[in-house]
Amino acid sequence: MGRVTSIASLGRNGLYDWVVQRISALVIAAYFLFIVFFLVANPDLSYEQWHGLFSCLWMKVFSTISLLMLLAHVWIGVWSVLTDYMTPRLMGSKANIFRLIVELAVLAVVLIVAVIGLNIFWSL
Amino acid sequence: MKISSVNGRPVNLDINTIDLPITAYASITHRITGLVLCAAVLVLLWFLNKSLASEADFIEVQQILSSTPIKVLMFLFLAPFWYHLVAGIRHLVMDMGIGESLEGGRLGAKIVFIVSAILIAITGVWLWGA
Repeated sequence: MGRVTSIASLGRNGLYDWVVQRISALVIAAYFLFIVFFLVANPDLSYEQWHGLFSCLWMKVFSTISLLMLLAHVWIGVWSVLTDYMTPRLMGSKANIFRLIVELAVLAVVLIVAVIGLNIFWSL
Repeated sequence: MKISSVNGRPVNLDINTIDLPITAYASITHRITGLVLCAAVLVLLWFLNKSLASEADFIEVQQILSSTPIKVLMFLFLAPFWYHLVAGIRHLVMDMGIGESLEGGRLGAKIVFIVSAILIAITGVWLWGA
């Protein structure tokens, strides 16, 4: 256990979070660069091409893994920022409970986005 | 300024009174761009969903994306994306033990600002076709 409360960190340990943050970063970078190159390479993109791309099984798997990695990345990043700035030293005695509420709200959004995203990818 | 109760020396932890080095600006920019990208994901997911719904929706998304205010919005998403990506690559490079010294850190931060500025400029050209 580190000097900060790690109960709300994703892996509940800094090394695990560190590894997840880096692996997820590589996957997200690969996904977004692929999309950017696809858009740049197809300036006259048609609906058939776009829909066809996202209908492929490999693209559904790639999108699903990337979205889940992105949400893990978001959670670790936001958690790190919140534990640095929403502290009793900077915000007073209510900081910890306030941070917990914000963390729960972020977690709720993360889970909702996961469900909405998977629904988008797998209903094609 | 606070005075330490231990040894009577001045204590200065007020970040507003400290001259931040370029590495600190690189770090805080990485964090701010990360938070901006959180919001970007929600908007981009909405656009993705609509663009895949039907051909009419796809054309509508194309029209929305070609309007100036939305182009500006996309630029405000893509610019932080490039910075966050380049700064993240710097982290991976430093994880391999490259650029970990004080001078290496300063140089790395400068490289991140310069490379991301170039990518952001290219993105502007791509969006507005100058």
